[in-house]
Amino acid sequence: MNGFSVIAPGMLSLLQDNGRFGQSALGLTTGGAMDASSARWANRLLGNHSNAPLIECSVGGLQLRAGCSSYIAVTGAELPLTINGNPAELWAVHKVQQGDVIELGMVNQGLRAYLAVAGGFNITAQFGSVSTVLREGIGGLKGNKLQTGDLLAAEPVKQLPLLSLPQTYQPQFNRVLTLRLVEGYQAESFSVTELQRFYLNSYTVTPQADRMGYKLKGAAIRCQQSQLLSEGICYGAVQIPPDGQPIVLLNDRQTLGGYPKIGSVLSLDCALLAQAVAGTELYFTPISPEQAHNALCLAKVRTDAITSQLVSL
Amino acid sequence: MSKPQYQLTLAGENALMLYFDQRIDPTISALVQQACVLIRAELAADLIDVLPSYASVLVMFNPCRTDHFRVQAQLQHCLAQLQNRDSQSGKRVELPVYYSEESGPDLALIAQTKNISIDEVIQRHQAISYRVYAIGFAPGFAYLGEVDPLLQMPRLATPRAKVPRGAVAIADRQTAVYPAQSPGGWNLIGLCPTPMFNPDASPAMPVSVGDEVRFVAIDKAEFLRLGGELQGVEL
Repeated sequence: MNGFSVIAPGMLSLLQDNGRFGQSALGLTTGGAMDASSARWANRLLGNHSNAPLIECSVGGLQLRAGCSSYIAVTGAELPLTINGNPAELWAVHKVQQGDVIELGMVNQGLRAYLAVAGGFNITAQFGSVSTVLREGIGGLKGNKLQTGDLLAAEPVKQLPLLSLPQTYQPQFNRVLTLRLVEGYQAESFSVTELQRFYLNSYTVTPQADRMGYKLKGAAIRCQQSQLLSEGICYGAVQIPPDGQPIVLLNDRQTLGGYPKIGSVLSLDCALLAQAVAGTELYFTPISPEQAHNALCLAKVRTDAITSQLVSL
Repeated sequence: MSKPQYQLTLAGENALMLYFDQRIDPTISALVQQACVLIRAELAADLIDVLPSYASVLVMFNPCRTDHFRVQAQLQHCLAQLQNRDSQSGKRVELPVYYSEESGPDLALIAQTKNISIDEVIQRHQAISYRVYAIGFAPGFAYLGEVDPLLQMPRLATPRAKVPRGAVAIADRQTAVYPAQSPGGWNLIGLCPTPMFNPDASPAMPVSVGDEVRFVAIDKAEFLRLGGELQGVEL
């Protein structure tokens, strides 16, 4: 079989794509690459379909052996990348030959790196997606994280332009974050004072932060409503449990929940939050749905423009 | 009959919440079910997902194809067709249950608390047909209601670390079958051999929101014949 073999999976390496949609009525969550922006850049540099299966490597430590000639790109968290022991740049396409060893070191900045191969890994989708959700045992290879000895099928690729993304376009993961939030759900059940407290104070990422959600620590927020009938939770929803400490619900969130929610963080900012380590300081700022729509459209136009610029070089 | 009342609220950059009167009630659940059908037809390819629950529907759309304003207008248009009806439009599903103290470790506690016999607990659990109000918590976990008032039991003070796959359980006004082994705080009264979630089957679940479920007692031999397993019961 052509493809790549796993020499070492590192801390947590998962096969992902953009996520599993249209299955929430079965209780299945969406999953998908936590930093969707970095993941899409890995595929875009290689000329892949935007939903091509790739590896999300959290914290680092992944080692692969190429079983055929192909091209790879690693994006996302900053970590040392080597091919046969030689340093290689992130956010860039590299040629690999059969037998080459690709090694991702431990992250310096950010949390999750994305490794994509030309054409994408050839993985059988479950419920329309290869995204691995460990809690559900769905996606990836038999619902599991990558293990030593796993074989990831991929077609050999002979010729591809060696594109790279200039540093000015690469995201920075070491700064204080401001998360833009579209107010919604039970926003009206929070008093003006509580909302001000929420927007004016800084929060820090706690160690209880994973693919399900990021628990934050800071000024406690009170809601007039304490419990509701369980209802659907969308991506980025900010839930306020009885202790008043917000939780931003991300890719592997539970589909239903009964805690009040202030609204939802813009997806572009959720991708940055997904790279935040414990102790990262952040703020929330409210935006209108018009501003959210505008930001999404601008981001799309901007990445498309950068991509065509890279290709024409 | 009066027009059904609903409220539309923002949820996120590409999501709107549709709320009905916030109570657990078959007529509200029927509205949720109707709304899902209408919304799927109206929004078609602009939809990413529709997520029904007890008295709400989360509508997620593709922000590259449409926006809140258009979706809101479309929802108001299609929801004008909602009607208050009592009729049951979901499937009727029978689920076999091996009720026993061996398979349902909390049967005796319920009987004792309510001062009725274990047999009566089993009879009363089967006597009602339940509505699937919501699916969530885990893939295939269907919240069924409402339980006979005499069987309503609060959740355990300390949830069990391991509830076996197929466990039939009661919490307050609701009953459910655990689709897979998981932690859980519900009161266990039996085991169901029917898989509640099988990713390789189509459909993956025997029930969906709005369906009507009845439990039917089977004996141990039948339970084992149907593929049930007792070995997971370590409580």
